[in-house]
This record gives sequence, C-alpha cells and structure tokens, in this order.
Amino acid sequence: MFRRLLEPVARVTITVDGQAVMAAEGDTVAAALLANGITRFRRSPTSASPRGPFCAMGVCFECLVTIDGEPNRQACLIPVRDGMQVVTGAAAPDLLAERQ
Amino acid sequence: MTCDLLIVGAGPAGMAAAIAARRAGLSVVVADENPAAGGQVYRAVMDGPLAKEDRLGADYRAGRPLAEAFAACGAQHLCRTTVFMIERQDAGGFTVSLAMPDRACLIEAGHVMIASGALERPFPIPGWTLPGVMTAGAAQTLLKTSAIVPEGPTVLAGCGPLLYLLAAQYAQAGIKLAAILDTTPRGNWLGALPHLPGFLASPYLFKGLKLLHEALSAHRLIRNVSALEAKGENQLSSVEAVAGGRRITIPAATLLLHQGVVPQINLAMASGVSHLWNKVRLAFEPSLSAAGETDIRGLFITGDSAGIAGAEAAAARGILGALAIADRIDPAGTAARQGQRRDAVARLNRAQRGRAFLDALCRPASQFRIPADDVIVCRCEDVAAGDLRRLIRQGAQGPNQLKVFSRAGMGPCQGRSCGLTLTELFAEQSGHSAQAIGHLRLRAPVKPVTVGQMAGLEPYRSEDAG
Repeated sequence: MFRRLLEPVARVTITVDGQAVMAAEGDTVAAALLANGITRFRRSPTSASPRGPFCAMGVCFECLVTIDGEPNRQACLIPVRDGMQVVTGAAAPDLLAERQ
Repeated sequence: MTCDLLIVGAGPAGMAAAIAARRAGLSVVVADENPAAGGQVYRAVMDGPLAKEDRLGADYRAGRPLAEAFAACGAQHLCRTTVFMIERQDAGGFTVSLAMPDRACLIEAGHVMIASGALERPFPIPGWTLPGVMTAGAAQTLLKTSAIVPEGPTVLAGCGPLLYLLAAQYAQAGIKLAAILDTTPRGNWLGALPHLPGFLASPYLFKGLKLLHEALSAHRLIRNVSALEAKGENQLSSVEAVAGGRRITIPAATLLLHQGVVPQINLAMASGVSHLWNKVRLAFEPSLSAAGETDIRGLFITGDSAGIAGAEAAAARGILGALAIADRIDPAGTAARQGQRRDAVARLNRAQRGRAFLDALCRPASQFRIPADDVIVCRCEDVAAGDLRRLIRQGAQGPNQLKVFSRAGMGPCQGRSCGLTLTELFAEQSGHSAQAIGHLRLRAPVKPVTVGQMAGLEPYRSEDAG
C-alpha cells in the first residue's frame, strides 16, 4: 500500500476498471494505481498468479495493463492523461477455450 | 546522416556526453525511455514534486545543474523513445531503430553511445512475485516522480548503498520502516578489508556514515540475515527471515528488495558487443577501450552500462567517450579539448576511489543469487530453479537450451530479471565458470515492439520531434 506525501498540484482523472480514479499530473499509470491502493495489475499468463509493479523502471514487465484499449502497456513508463482508460487483470487469452 | 552521435539514455552519463559532444560541435540526438531526462538517479530532478526540496539529499540535487545544462546544450532529446536495434553499416556508421509513443523510425548516426545505465540485480527469493514485493529502486522511483511512499508495515531487505540511501530518504520523509533486514554476509568484511584505505580516503566514507546514521536513528536494523521469504496469499502479508540463526516473522504490506545494481546489457549484447564476466561484481560487462569504445568501431558504452561505478563516474566517463568521438570527427580540435579530458580523468579517478571496498563489502550472498529449487527464477514464464537444475542434469548445454526447453528468459522482459541467475545457476550446477557459460543470447528488438511499429519504420525527420 502507498500514499502521497504531498497534495498533488494538478489533478487528472483516469478510469481504472470502470471506476474513476484521481491521479496527479506527472504520475505514471503505475504510480497512480499504487497511490489508489491498487497493487494487482495483471495475472501471470502461465500460472495466473497476481502480479504488480516490481521495478517501476521499464525492466520487468510485471505492470502490464491495457491502456485506452491497447493491451500489454508498461504502466510504469506511461504518464497519466485526463480521461485515460486503464484495465487491469489481463492474462493471456485461453486459446483452447476460445476454439471450443 | 541524421547526426554525428546518437546517445541511448539521458542519465548522468548520457547528459554529460551530450553536453561535451555539443561543445565540440557535434550534432547529437539523445533517445531516452522516460518522460524526462535524469535517468534513474536524477529522475524528475527538474520538475518532480520533490525537486525543489531537500529531503532526497544533496547527491540528488547535484543532478539539477547537469539536467539544466543538458536541456540548454542543443542536443535533440527524444523522450519516451526506446532504442530497440542498432545495426552497423558496411560503409561505417549505424542505423538505429527507435520506438516512439506513436510510431517508430530509423536514425542514421555516425557514432552511437550506449548509456543505458543499470538495473537491479535479480533477487530471487520465495514469494518475490507477490504483489507488495518490489525493488528498492522502484520505491525510490515512486518517491521521486510522485512523492509516493509505502503505507503500512514496510520491510527493506538486502545489501548495498542504495538500501541505506532509501532508508535515510524515508527517515527524512518521516516514514518508519518495520525493519531493515541486512543480508550482507559477515565474511565480506574480510574481502573488503584490503580495500579499506582507498575507501577511507574517498567521499563515500563520509556519505556512507551519514546515511547509516540517518537510517539507523529512525529504523530497526537486523543484521546477518541468511534467508528471506515473502509470504502471502495473492498479496504480501509477512516477511520471514533467518537472522543470526534465529527465525523471525515480520508482518508486512510492502517488501522492498535490493542487492546492488548491474549493467543493462541487452542493447549492447544484441548489437554484437563482447562482454566479460566480472568475478568481483558478479555481472557481465562490455569489453571496452579506455575511452569506452567497444570492439565494434564507432560504438561506445559509457556510464553504469559499462560497469557499475555510480553517477559521478558515469558523467566523467560520458565526457571521455564524447571527447574521443569528437577527436575522431575533428582531429584538429584534439589539443583544444585536452584540458576537458584531463578534468574528466581526474573526476573519474576521484569517483572510483573507494569503489573496490564497496564492491567487496556489498557482494551479495550466493543463496540470494542462486536460489533453492522451489523459487521462481524467470518471473515472466514462472520457471523455478528446480526445473532448470533438472534440465541441466538432463544435459542442457547452456542458458540458450534452458530457454528453449523451459521458456526461462523468453518472456517480455527478455531475460532482464533472470539472465544473471540462469548463468550463475548453470555455473553452480555444471562446475564451469560463469565466463565459460556466458549469457543467454540477446537479440533485437531488445524491447517488445508491435508489428505495426516495425511495418511503419521510416527515416526520422527532426521536424517531427516534440
């Protein structure tokens, strides 16, 4: 869990899994989610175990989320923008299930 | 030719190199993944929420004049831009492929300097994939960019200067950690002792003591930690440790891990640069000339991606590399740059004093680098150490075959989180040296790019920037 030391100077609103979430201008998507108590960003495509930001610097790819419809974006590298749509929780699609 | 010099990375090395190269009259493009210049160490130093405050310390503030000089130097800075491939042209010079937020493009550069810095050494312990576990560097990044700090019981575990820097910064911010778990093996002092005189004469002594004092007056320190485990169901709930032979459990919402940093090698290795295993620093480092040139003529590597030495040394090495490139393009100006070169060499020597002591003292313990069978090594593909050991016993011929058979290193991070562990685990299991085992073969594109970006690659036009 994380909190902000300072009140944001400028706020933006993003949508995370359908909920409006307040972020500070200059936040990365990862920082904004963590500051709002969201620590589970996705599930491992192999084990489905929940994952969240680990390196916060673009190295580990654990923070992948869907941003404005585009899947597998690195939340730790992308700055928030007012009105941005973020969806967490995506794992790899189950291709066998889809075929049936 | 788009530019004389393309620099990959806008941290201390890349910024200092760009300034020196511009001063010598070169045309310079700097590509960097982040929204603003500064690298990891000076992240958000110009406009971050804590940029104007004292609480991140003097070393952080020292990045501000450098970032200001960089912004004014006339280099073209491409932020949020990832270099994913460097190709040497037969006629000399390079074609560099870059992915930008909205497109991808090619830049023709006479020379290329990789200043991609460092990443945190893998720290594979049981439970390290749980949400709530992250690196100390990640916590620092959140602090610098957003003034975000952990809430609830927080444990900081590992070894190395950054651990205590973060502890001191948290103390400054009024945050009390549940504990600092120091994993430095007691035996390291013996190896470090011969290097003590150099350390005593270095700026690190005073800085180190100050950090320790600030960290220890605020937080509880538990030394001689020989085992660590992150516990929790879908989310971290506690940290178990063995300290001085005694088992302890600490409830925790956040566990921050750190056991030093290692060079980012993906781009250099994928470009064909030779690397050697550094037995002291336990990492692959590129083979370089004194000025930082690789075995590929015109391709330089500088800063921490050339070997970990810290921000001051990185800036000095960046300048030396830029001057060497300037000399090649403009030999007539070499004499005029002699003073700059002398200053940079002196600065580098000063910054490197005391590093040998830190390297030896902060060498992470083998059980935290080469984990037990049940611990996940490759986070992307969920491959455990036991799976890898079994494949080695069955005759796998090196990290590349481990990857083929287990998918370790095949995920989106491209071995950044497991590459060193694969090499060291293979060395331990096979009895060969890490140098003989080598690293997982790395290839371009060194970061995932979309098919659309690849298909849309077009020559870079500078009027597109901004």
